[in-house]
Amino acid sequence: MSDAVLSIRGLSVEIPSRSGTVKPVDGVSYDIRAGEILGVVGESGAGKSMAGNAVIGLLTPPAHIAAGEIWLNGTRIDTLKGEDMRRLRGKQIGMVFQDPLTSLNPLLSIGDQLTETMLTHLDITRSEARTRAIAALEEVGIPGAAERIDSYPHEFSGGMRQRVVIALALCAEPSLIIADEPTTALDVSVQAQIIALLKRLCRERGTAVMLITHDMGVIAEAADRVAVMYAGRLAELGDVRDVLTAPRHPYTFGLMASTPLASQGKARLHQIEGAMPRLNKVPEGCPFNPRCAYAQDKCRKAPSPQIADRAAACWFPMTAEKVS
Amino acid sequence: MAELPVKAAEQSRLRVFLDSDVFYMFRKSPVAVVSTIVFATLVLAAVFAPLIAPTNPFDPASLNLMNGFTGPMAPNAFTGESFLLGTDDQGRDVFSTILYGMRVSLFVGVAAVLLAMVLGITLGLISGYVGGWTETIIMRTADVQLTFPSILVAMLIFGVAKGITPVEYRDQMAIWVLILAIGLSDWVQFARVVRGATMVEKRKEYVEAARLIGRTPYAIMLRHILPNVLSPVLVIATISLALAIIAEATLSFLGVGAPATQPSLGTLIRIGQGFLFSGEWWILLFPAVTLLTLALSVNLLGDWLRDALNPRLR
Amino acid sequence: MLAFIIRRVLQSILVLLIVGLTAFSMFRFVGDPIDNMLGQERTAADIERLREQLGLDQGFPVQYYKFLTEAAHGNFGVSYRQGRPVAEILLERAPATLELAAVSGILAIAFGIAFGVFTAIRRNGVLANVIMSASLIGVSLPTFLIGILLIYIFSVELGWLPSFGRGETVQIGNWSTGLLTASGLKALVLPSITLGLYQMTLIMRLVRSEMLEVLRQDYIRFARARGLRDRVINFRHALKNTMVPVITVIGLQVGAIIAFAIITETVFQWPGVGLLFINAVQFVDIPVMAAYLMLISVMFVGINLIVDILYFFIDPRLRVDRAGGH
Repeated sequence: MSDAVLSIRGLSVEIPSRSGTVKPVDGVSYDIRAGEILGVVGESGAGKSMAGNAVIGLLTPPAHIAAGEIWLNGTRIDTLKGEDMRRLRGKQIGMVFQDPLTSLNPLLSIGDQLTETMLTHLDITRSEARTRAIAALEEVGIPGAAERIDSYPHEFSGGMRQRVVIALALCAEPSLIIADEPTTALDVSVQAQIIALLKRLCRERGTAVMLITHDMGVIAEAADRVAVMYAGRLAELGDVRDVLTAPRHPYTFGLMASTPLASQGKARLHQIEGAMPRLNKVPEGCPFNPRCAYAQDKCRKAPSPQIADRAAACWFPMTAEKVS
Repeated sequence: MAELPVKAAEQSRLRVFLDSDVFYMFRKSPVAVVSTIVFATLVLAAVFAPLIAPTNPFDPASLNLMNGFTGPMAPNAFTGESFLLGTDDQGRDVFSTILYGMRVSLFVGVAAVLLAMVLGITLGLISGYVGGWTETIIMRTADVQLTFPSILVAMLIFGVAKGITPVEYRDQMAIWVLILAIGLSDWVQFARVVRGATMVEKRKEYVEAARLIGRTPYAIMLRHILPNVLSPVLVIATISLALAIIAEATLSFLGVGAPATQPSLGTLIRIGQGFLFSGEWWILLFPAVTLLTLALSVNLLGDWLRDALNPRLR
Repeated sequence: MLAFIIRRVLQSILVLLIVGLTAFSMFRFVGDPIDNMLGQERTAADIERLREQLGLDQGFPVQYYKFLTEAAHGNFGVSYRQGRPVAEILLERAPATLELAAVSGILAIAFGIAFGVFTAIRRNGVLANVIMSASLIGVSLPTFLIGILLIYIFSVELGWLPSFGRGETVQIGNWSTGLLTASGLKALVLPSITLGLYQMTLIMRLVRSEMLEVLRQDYIRFARARGLRDRVINFRHALKNTMVPVITVIGLQVGAIIAFAIITETVFQWPGVGLLFINAVQFVDIPVMAAYLMLISVMFVGINLIVDILYFFIDPRLRVDRAGGH
């Protein structure tokens, strides 16, 4: 734990609503080390974004952290409020949102948005901030940065805008970046570029990255480790090579079998029966049990086991025999 | 099975309304319920004025000048009569004048809104359905009129109409001219909404079908499209009513509305203002409070209705 | 962008022509145009000259044209009621209305924006709710009732402020101002509150709803995620984006204030062009009515045009031609 940039232990987020309490994040634990990219993957509604929001302290009420701890660089941050948390944002934790078009204020030039962020967190002069801003734009690959620094967001294409967003997230030199579906709103051709950019920048600076996505391809391309979420809980956690080639949780197994990765070349895509339950109707026991081909009595009654490093939250993980 | 009651199809419209979401929200909102009760009470009082009012203040024969300037509930020094809310300079019972004044206010308000609705809906239907030059002309006229505040338009219409009317008839015609002026100044918002809705409905299949059967445009507009564009009109109508009542009161107060011989609440306030400094405060206060209550209740109701029928807020 | 401006200017001219036509029709057909232009003391020669000048024996379009040219030269005829040239009367009374409108407008805009921002930022606070409820009443109350109420409290009961007139005024060239005397300033208080209150409530509610909408946007969330201070987020980001649609409405309100001045001036017997107009309507003084109509429309149309063009300069998105991004 001491060398992890981010450490989440047993995090639970609850949203009280008229039809009962919903738990979009239920007892989730993982670490991210410096320079490491952790992919958090799962379907829409699985709770992956919520975990990210909880870390950066931007949960919209009435959602709140109900249990667990969040540690950043050895300091506990889930108990921080108000001004203390604000100082952390941008400076220690950066965030990249999904839609680059709506992430940028249309009435301010990108130069202004960059300099204001830097001036808020770094002790530098205005002209220095401007110089750094130009440098930041160059680093993310915006051509002619010095001329375009005073341009407005609408003057850039989608891919360029997302580069600007990344520059903004990184400009105060945070140790952790949370990227929430950073490529979903982009053209396929641009997606690869953005992912490559993110990878390079974070490796160079040793920034830890929480890469949230529903796209397995992105995970395969960019992540070092992967956390698979299902119905608010962690289903599997481990190195990306391991999880992708030899998944141990039946859900992950089903996911891999149904992903049209270029290397597979199967005739028909596998389909997992049923659908992920809604967060206010999570079944007893292991949340995946109604759809699991290998479910047994224990799965229906007892809650799934907790994960410790490389493991799956399953009483009967997939082994070589089951797969064949 | 012996009989499965097929009640659903036979549910009366009243039942459907009482079970609806809107009515549920209404019952739950104290604001809506209270303002409706208040408004309804005032309307009933106005409608039944001849029965409720102790006197008819506009029948000269029943007036006794000596009763003038009596305070509320205090017996008059000369005649010994006492009046609930006092009397004005002519000896008219203020309570009665308010009741009759409300009559005028409500009559003008409702009639003006009806006029605006009929005109606006008709023009809206036509311009939405027919399109082309007709639509352009109607909508451009609407735009021009919209550049000016409606109260100004109403004042102008009133002035011009007054100028055209021979002097002897001016007082009598005032009420009708007032209705005309306020109604004409208000048709635009109805027209716009109906036009928009018509353009949407026009594309739907049931209109296409009606056209194929050979129905005339009038029939299509009236029987098919109109019922479907009425919902937003309802909201606008309520708010329009509140605005029309205030507009009428304002015009009458300014002296370009209901005359003193057939006063509305606005006229009464105008008269009352003259007596503020001489101490007969009741001549002003009671009509003013009545107008305030009336305007507030209709406004709150309209506001609530707009929020309730707004699909985005649900 | 140029095309847009040209189109708007042409539209404006069209509107002015239509209004001019209405004024002209009033002038010509309601009441006698000779009476309208000449007043009581005139000679047969005057009448003959005027006949020619107005082209009364010629076709409608000619008369219309001549009417417009006369108006453009400031000749609006002679008031029935006062027997003086309308233009003269208008010039005399304009400063009163303009001062009142300016003071009310400034109050309305300043307080409207301030309250609007406050109730948006502190949306669930007690004070915010109180202000919002009070605003509902402000919108429902007719302006004249507010005026009368204020008079009752502050003039009749408390005796602090005057209930009619402008107080003492100082003449500077053509302009008579009430801003330089104590009594003038005191006289301004109640009328400007009356006139400005409705506008203020309108602006406040608009600013609040726009700002709430803006605060929900993604870029505000991103700004928070970057750790920007609340003050910066509220005033640099949110307010700026809120003002774009609000500016248009405020611009339009300026015109409305001058029109609503009619009511306030009547309540307080304020000697401005509004009171003049109302008296004209009561008296069926056509020349004054027509002149007021034309001047007001020039003002409204002008303001609408300026606001539309201003929009361009405020929102950078509209400035760039289509061939912008890559």
